[in-house]
Amino acid sequence: MKQNWWKILGAVLVLYSIISGFIFPVPAQAILHETIRNLYFHVPMWFSMMTILGVSAVYSIKYLSNSKFDNDIVAAQAANVGMLLGVLGLTSGSMWARYTWGAWWVADVKLNGVAVSMLIYLAYFILRGSIDEEQKRARIAAVYNIFAFVLYIVFIMVLPRLNDSLHPGNGGNPGFNKYDLDSTMRIVFYHAVLGWILIAVWVMTLRIRTERLKRKTLFNE
Amino acid sequence: MIDQIKYLILKEFKLELRNKYALGGILLYVVSTVFVSYLSFKKIIVPATWNALFWIILLFASINGVAKSFIGETRGRLLYMYTLASPQAVIISKIIYNSILLLVISGLCLLVYSLFVGSLIQDIPLFLIVLTLGSFGFASLLTMVSAIASKSNNNFTLMAILSFPILMPLLIVLIKLSKNAIDGLENWDLNYLMVLMFINVIIIALSYLLFRYLWRD
Repeated sequence: MKQNWWKILGAVLVLYSIISGFIFPVPAQAILHETIRNLYFHVPMWFSMMTILGVSAVYSIKYLSNSKFDNDIVAAQAANVGMLLGVLGLTSGSMWARYTWGAWWVADVKLNGVAVSMLIYLAYFILRGSIDEEQKRARIAAVYNIFAFVLYIVFIMVLPRLNDSLHPGNGGNPGFNKYDLDSTMRIVFYHAVLGWILIAVWVMTLRIRTERLKRKTLFNE
Repeated sequence: MIDQIKYLILKEFKLELRNKYALGGILLYVVSTVFVSYLSFKKIIVPATWNALFWIILLFASINGVAKSFIGETRGRLLYMYTLASPQAVIISKIIYNSILLLVISGLCLLVYSLFVGSLIQDIPLFLIVLTLGSFGFASLLTMVSAIASKSNNNFTLMAILSFPILMPLLIVLIKLSKNAIDGLENWDLNYLMVLMFINVIIIALSYLLFRYLWRD
């Protein structure tokens, strides 16, 4: 129980952010209206996705430095959960865009960044699938994971700052930063981010445990 | 280290000249792709289309040209090379050699493309700088991806799917800068040029650090 406090905390925080996200008052804004509540659900997905993908990259580095197979399990499962969060973020963003921009998808640096991350991690899984030998697969996948992660960070950190974007928070568009000044929204948002990160880590640890057990039965340990 | 790199590059050149069909194949690939687009487009007068088509042709030619650098090597030859030289020397020499190869390919591509499809570039010096930096970037990234893909079972398909997503940042900057060169903007966009060089440096640094984990089997 002592080790599980953060799981309870995560669940409580997410529950709180969902309930208060739907019933607390929000600033009335033209065009956005009530869709501004998407901030509580869409943005935390990206925060937790970046955290989880960061974990994946760190464990890939760890694998290269000590060749412990367990590190590879963590890296792969973290990438899996990261993809799931990416899909959730993409869906929530797409629905939001339908109601505010009038289209499911627009050509935009931020959206391109997401598409690229999806392609990178799909390629990562295909690479993993195409190598049979375990040690070799772990090593090659780790190298690709680090290589791709660094370039992906460059892609999403540098390029949006050089381009204008339709996305809130960029190039003169009404950004969420302005509404964050509304103190209730800010409080709920921070709780949501922390809660979703904890939930994402929880999902990841569950996946890692199942993978470890699968391996154990495989080797009859 | 420097000596090793020098010898390895010389080796690459010798091998390339010994079987000329490989180089000839790539160059012919460029010429025929350009010719096909010439037949379907005749003359292109819209800058955006001109630009996009040029980079797509160059991208595929580069992937084909660089793919063989590790995928084509036999296992025995690689093992022999690793006993003689350090892995860092191997990757650096391959990157340098492939950069030279891609410079030749992109030069030819630009020449043939402007001849058939028409040239719209107004700021030629900027375009050449972008093309050079782009060739370096493509070469170093694709060399590394070729090394990764060569370890798997179906390597030519993997070469494409592994390299496309991580080529995006490079490609977007290149397309943006070359569009500027075509439009002949008065001021060079130094921010983008810096980003382009920064990406190049990152790719080379990562290849240098990570390659030694790739060859130990």
